[in-house]
Amino acid sequence: MAFQGTPPGERHETDVVIIGAGPIGLFSVFELGLLDLKAHLIDILDRPGGQCTELYPEKPIYDIPGLPIVTGQELTDRLMEQIAPFGATFHVGQMAAGLEKLPSGRWRVTSDAGTVIEAAAVVIAAGGGSFVPKKPPIQGIEAYEGTSVFYAVRKMESYRGKDIVIVGGGDSALDWVLNLQPIAKSMTLVHHRDGFRAAQHSVNQMKALVDAGKMAFHVASVAALHGEGGRLASVSLTSKEKGTFDVPCDVLLPFFGLTMKLGPVAEWGLNLAENLVPVDTEKFETSTPGIFAIGDINTYPGKLKLILSGFHEAALMSQAAFKIARPGEKLRFQYTTSSSNLQKKLGVA
Amino acid sequence: MNIVIKMPDGETREIEATIGWQVMEIIKNAGVPIRAECGGACACATCHVYVDAAWMDRLPPRKDEETDMLDMALSVEDNSRLSCQIVFEPELDGLTVTLAEDSL
Repeated sequence: MAFQGTPPGERHETDVVIIGAGPIGLFSVFELGLLDLKAHLIDILDRPGGQCTELYPEKPIYDIPGLPIVTGQELTDRLMEQIAPFGATFHVGQMAAGLEKLPSGRWRVTSDAGTVIEAAAVVIAAGGGSFVPKKPPIQGIEAYEGTSVFYAVRKMESYRGKDIVIVGGGDSALDWVLNLQPIAKSMTLVHHRDGFRAAQHSVNQMKALVDAGKMAFHVASVAALHGEGGRLASVSLTSKEKGTFDVPCDVLLPFFGLTMKLGPVAEWGLNLAENLVPVDTEKFETSTPGIFAIGDINTYPGKLKLILSGFHEAALMSQAAFKIARPGEKLRFQYTTSSSNLQKKLGVA
Repeated sequence: MNIVIKMPDGETREIEATIGWQVMEIIKNAGVPIRAECGGACACATCHVYVDAAWMDRLPPRKDEETDMLDMALSVEDNSRLSCQIVFEPELDGLTVTLAEDSL
């Protein structure tokens, strides 16, 4: 079931904007919530969890205190359950693109989908940066991106009647082969081996279509692109058995998964050190007051890239964010075990 | 004990290797900016290297998990490996690999 975020393109006011909905961004909601601070999260992925759900949803993690074994997906699910009482707002499938300081001293974060969020403080919990599609190193591919080369399918209907070439051997590649084949003029799957990292029933369906003459599958790689004005006409494939040969191609869809790029964070005027954001270890604040960085994206003497370190950083960041969002108010440090006030917030008292 | 790392641009570095470490960890520890995004869990294909011909038969073969994950690497060749899936042993002294473009 797809995760339901808040519709994009709207304007919001809150206490804290968290960039990145990985485990550290999620736990920040909890620590901020205990202090009555409301949070909005933005993530380029279409669901919470960050690397945990994108890279290793099924892999066990053994070093989360109190959870002897938990998978990336389970940890995300448990964190979502833990923060549910605080009603954070999720803006998913969007990249935090712009950051500016308002005359009031508050911050405005804008997403690439037109969402605007104003807040007292900003927390960068972006891990290794934004997940973006891996681009195959085919000469001249940039000239066709957005017109004939796409790394994701948005509107299926725009592929009707086209000569489609899909490259890759994972579930995304196989799923789109099966979804687009019925409406395509021709469908060609290109993969470097006759083996797939995809659901077996998808592979079987694809092979049945090949046997029925309804599509082609080549163990090959894309050697060259041919077309003009950003419009592809054909691609050259190369394989050990068949040498180099051309197939008609209006649309090329490469699916090689995602990789992480620091992205717009690099343009926000923060001090950076080798693509990491230096912070102090009292507040985990960046070189810009009011902007915090926690989790894998920050660096400080002794930093360990561990989820548990990020949880600690989230707790200290929240104390500092409170002082910015609630100037003049007294910060009462309480324990969830003993405070009926906190227990009310958690919905257990 | 050493391994030899060739960068895609041809620069070659000899780095000290530690027995029992993943080759990815050895490369990273030497300050070579290998991406290795998942941290050695065979979950991302960003520690992709090409093994020099002389060493191909001296490495333990790929496991299915590694072969599957290599589907997410770019420009995969017969000598492609994920360096997190090669554990350095004394008999690999002198192992020579070229970093793939998508690992940087």
